[in-house]
Amino acid sequence: MDEPDTEPPLVVVPGADPSARQLCFAWGPAEVLVCETLFGRAGTGDGAPSSSCVFVVRRDQDIYIQTLRKLFNESHGIFMGLQRSEEELAGKSRKAQLVQVSKNYRSVIRACMEDMHQAAVSTQDPALQGQYSTQVSILSAMELIWNLCEILFVESATAGPLLLRLLDWVRLHVCDVDSMVREVLSSESPSKHKLFWNVVDVFVLQGRMDEARHLLSKEASANPTSMNMYKILDDLMKKMPVPSLSNTQTLTELELKWQHWHEECQRYLQDGTFASNPHMESICKILLGDEDAILEKKELMTTWYHFLVTRLLYSHPTVKPLELRFYAQSSMDLFLGGESSPEPLDMILMAAFEFEMHQVIKECSIVLSNWWFVAHLTDLLDHCKLLQSHNLYFGSNMREFLLLEYASGLFSHHSLWQLGVDYFDHCPEYGRVYLELHIERIPLSTEQKALKVLRICEQRQMHEQVRSICKIMAMKALRNNRLGSALSWSIRAKDAAFATLISDRFLKDYSERGCFSDLDLIDNLGPSMLLSDRLTFLGKYREFHRLYGEKRFPEAARLLLTLMTAHIAPCSFWMTLLTDALPLLEQKEVIFSAEQTYELMRCLEDLTAGNPDKQKFQEDDIETTKVEMLRLALARNLARVIVKEGTVEGS
Amino acid sequence: MFVARSIAADHRDLIHDVSFDFHGRRMATCSSDQSVKVWDKSENGDWHCTASWKTHSGSVWRVTWAHPEFGQVLASCSFDRTAAVWEEIVGESNDKLRGQSHWVKRTTLVDSRTSVTDVKFAPKHMGLMLATCSADGVVRIYEAPDVMNLSQWSLQHEISCKLSCSCISWNPSSSRAHSPMIAVGSDDNSPNILAKVQIYEYNENTRKYAKAEALMTVSDPVHDIAFAPNLGRSFHILAVATKDVRIFTLKPLRKELTSSGGLTKFEIHIVAQFDNHNSQVWRVSWNITGTVLASSGDDGCVRLWKANYMDNWKCTGILKGNGSPVNGSSQQGIFNASLGSANTSLQNSLNGSSASRADTKLTGVTLVFCCLLHAHRNGKRSPFSPSPAPFDLSQDTSSLLTTKYCSQSLFKTRCVRFLPAQFDTDGTPDRKIFGEASCLEKTINNPPKTQNFHQNIFLKACKIKR
Repeated sequence: MDEPDTEPPLVVVPGADPSARQLCFAWGPAEVLVCETLFGRAGTGDGAPSSSCVFVVRRDQDIYIQTLRKLFNESHGIFMGLQRSEEELAGKSRKAQLVQVSKNYRSVIRACMEDMHQAAVSTQDPALQGQYSTQVSILSAMELIWNLCEILFVESATAGPLLLRLLDWVRLHVCDVDSMVREVLSSESPSKHKLFWNVVDVFVLQGRMDEARHLLSKEASANPTSMNMYKILDDLMKKMPVPSLSNTQTLTELELKWQHWHEECQRYLQDGTFASNPHMESICKILLGDEDAILEKKELMTTWYHFLVTRLLYSHPTVKPLELRFYAQSSMDLFLGGESSPEPLDMILMAAFEFEMHQVIKECSIVLSNWWFVAHLTDLLDHCKLLQSHNLYFGSNMREFLLLEYASGLFSHHSLWQLGVDYFDHCPEYGRVYLELHIERIPLSTEQKALKVLRICEQRQMHEQVRSICKIMAMKALRNNRLGSALSWSIRAKDAAFATLISDRFLKDYSERGCFSDLDLIDNLGPSMLLSDRLTFLGKYREFHRLYGEKRFPEAARLLLTLMTAHIAPCSFWMTLLTDALPLLEQKEVIFSAEQTYELMRCLEDLTAGNPDKQKFQEDDIETTKVEMLRLALARNLARVIVKEGTVEGS
Repeated sequence: MFVARSIAADHRDLIHDVSFDFHGRRMATCSSDQSVKVWDKSENGDWHCTASWKTHSGSVWRVTWAHPEFGQVLASCSFDRTAAVWEEIVGESNDKLRGQSHWVKRTTLVDSRTSVTDVKFAPKHMGLMLATCSADGVVRIYEAPDVMNLSQWSLQHEISCKLSCSCISWNPSSSRAHSPMIAVGSDDNSPNILAKVQIYEYNENTRKYAKAEALMTVSDPVHDIAFAPNLGRSFHILAVATKDVRIFTLKPLRKELTSSGGLTKFEIHIVAQFDNHNSQVWRVSWNITGTVLASSGDDGCVRLWKANYMDNWKCTGILKGNGSPVNGSSQQGIFNASLGSANTSLQNSLNGSSASRADTKLTGVTLVFCCLLHAHRNGKRSPFSPSPAPFDLSQDTSSLLTTKYCSQSLFKTRCVRFLPAQFDTDGTPDRKIFGEASCLEKTINNPPKTQNFHQNIFLKACKIKR
């Protein structure tokens, strides 16, 4: 194929003058920003056009079409089923399974087409209607191509059944005959209708013999004079041998029967049996596979592939798959007759008849506006083991390439991205990296959404993404002064530095206001408390408060002392801790033992002596009073405890 | 691809840079009017300017967002020889009520003695770091050791590049196998043969950045430079905007500890070179997966480049202005619905495919005609052409290519034929529904005379098969 280099598709950015200005741009996760600018020069300063606009350019348009959501959602289920069904079955049942999958995909396309059609009919807006009907025609083209691929590649029908399948295919997709039939049958005397013979011809062309015979019998009863002629034609049509789906007859048997029948038709034609009725004569010619006679009915067949199937039916009923290419090419040439050139759809179908799978996929990706079709079809063909058997070393890569493109498109949608995750999961080479890059860009607008994204990352052990999401959420909460939320997110992120920072904020809040916020969170830290020293202290300090509140003074006192002696408490906080010890020291009963009291005294002295800016203690009246009071309380406690301990020992 | 929205930026002078935040929910613009504006996307998809403030005393060249792990932080650089770091402050109920946010300057980096031409945050795994480069040929790397206190930035490294610097790019790879790396481009246009792209790598032993490589083949002024996301590869990909677009791969060779003092040596290959802009290229930038490169040049176009699975690079889309004046009052409108079908063929660019021959004949103006046609049918006034003057439907549009192709579409009649019977509501195919021709039909209607990556693959495939 010789293809000239042509310009790729163009998107117009309104307003920007390409001769005088350039465009600056920025990539986003789903969109591109574009804006007019002038590179290489400083601003004019005298006020360039103030109307300059920033344009948001989107990539995947079909993703945003509401009615296609069903297609994306339901095909996702089928896709997942197909991935799971991996090679459980072998041979025949595996093939049946794959054909079933293919049929499911097609029924989703059809369902979507019906919805779209309903929408087109019900809408009043002509532009919208146009849009819908465009979608309908695209979907029906997809279904047509998929159906042919199913027959030729997935099912790989053999000689005999192949023709039956192709007939079904034509009957399913060339449908304007049905309306014609209805019109003819609903008229008062069908045989007098001007379209009567057209309908009979169409039935014959599509191999619908019973229906054709039924119509002819009506004509016969109205025309007793030519009764005999009708009878002969009816007999011929009845006797026509057809391939059967079951294996009861062999191909040679069929060929023999067919030869016999063919000769019989030939005889009647030469006899001039039908000479008096040109319609019936032409039908007989069609039965004989006369190409000119069939071509005369071009208008009724409408497409070259209908012509192909009709031609095969009456001249080569036992056509083998690999012979198709020859008949298809000549049928197309005959049918188009040099009047019109083949269109992309024709080229795609031709490529299918030629068993050029890659050509089919390639052409489809050119003409279809989304990746849905090629991605799913390629995946199915890959599961049929067809891409490898063609000895193309990039076979599986092409599947992945197309799936990656499709899933990336899904990620640009605010809710469909969740489907994209599963597609990435089934791309062995780059799926994970793509998922990592895409998922961290999902806007974390609410906590629920963040949790949803987080769950997906956790299931796949994406530690870095998990950490990053938690960190972002922690930062966001902190900026909004929601300390509790910030703390729980940073614990989830296992971010020690950040947990320390937030613990400090908690403690600062406490020393300013005298109470804790987010109590239930701090009370239930559990082992996560060990994430950072400061967090441990926060948890323990809160525990002290609880013990104190529950009047378990000895335990509270022991904990308080440990916090200082084990250096869990930051030095800046010791004064607060010692002040907290005051009420314990002043209780009626003695709580601190002598040894503990000595420890407390040492802590106090460490604090006052070890503090470099001693000045502060001396100058600040309140601080000095505090220290004085502490010393007094410690001394009194020591006195009491010595007496008490002495007494106990003495008794 | 299609233009989904337009947003009147309302800067009083030329806009120099637009920047998306990490999640694509916010954007920043900067301009010669010395200000930066921040825009937020609402739930319904509209963009609102939530802050606009004077940032510098000269043209603001670039604006960039820090990773959201560090909060809402922006950096800007300017002709006034400084770079600045800005942080959004939450609170102040007054602002919130007005839907405005408040940005405060955290620091001004004043070390440069000339215009600061580029500013970039380092990849997040390196912490909160910022690199600037200036016209005097120095790259400076700053670090904020305490992420909660952005007013303290220390100058960690000063790299003298000897040539006037125009752009920098950090290597985004977070792999342990790769040391921090920064590429610097120079727009020095004095006639010399010095390499205009230099790559500096951090050396763990000396704790300094040292020149690891210079791309000797690039001797023309370089305007922009961009490392691609790594995707777990062992090698790096670097795009360079100079008189053309070039894509290099840098493959690290084994470290020779003895000779080069721990510096990595690279095997450098040029994998693509495009001169389609026919002139200077000013910007290059990768999408988030590093699969599409966009470049902007003096021809007024943004071109998208994409490699297929055989590593063949192809242009897969062009964005181009149409030169028609935009009315100042034009506000963001929803182009999506009205332009839908008209643009269907255009979005093929996404598919990495090319439109049919007919499309290439279309000039911007005719395409806009087509768009407007649909906009009017939709009963909506086109958002970007309030004056009926050049685009009035009353004028004869039959001479337009688009009109012609749309009406004689053979495909549409064919479509009707392979529709199942149930789609005919009254027994005959509903021609009215299919009367609305679309550009996609037009695409299908015309044989593919174009070359694209798939076809290339196919040709190769054929050879293999033979």
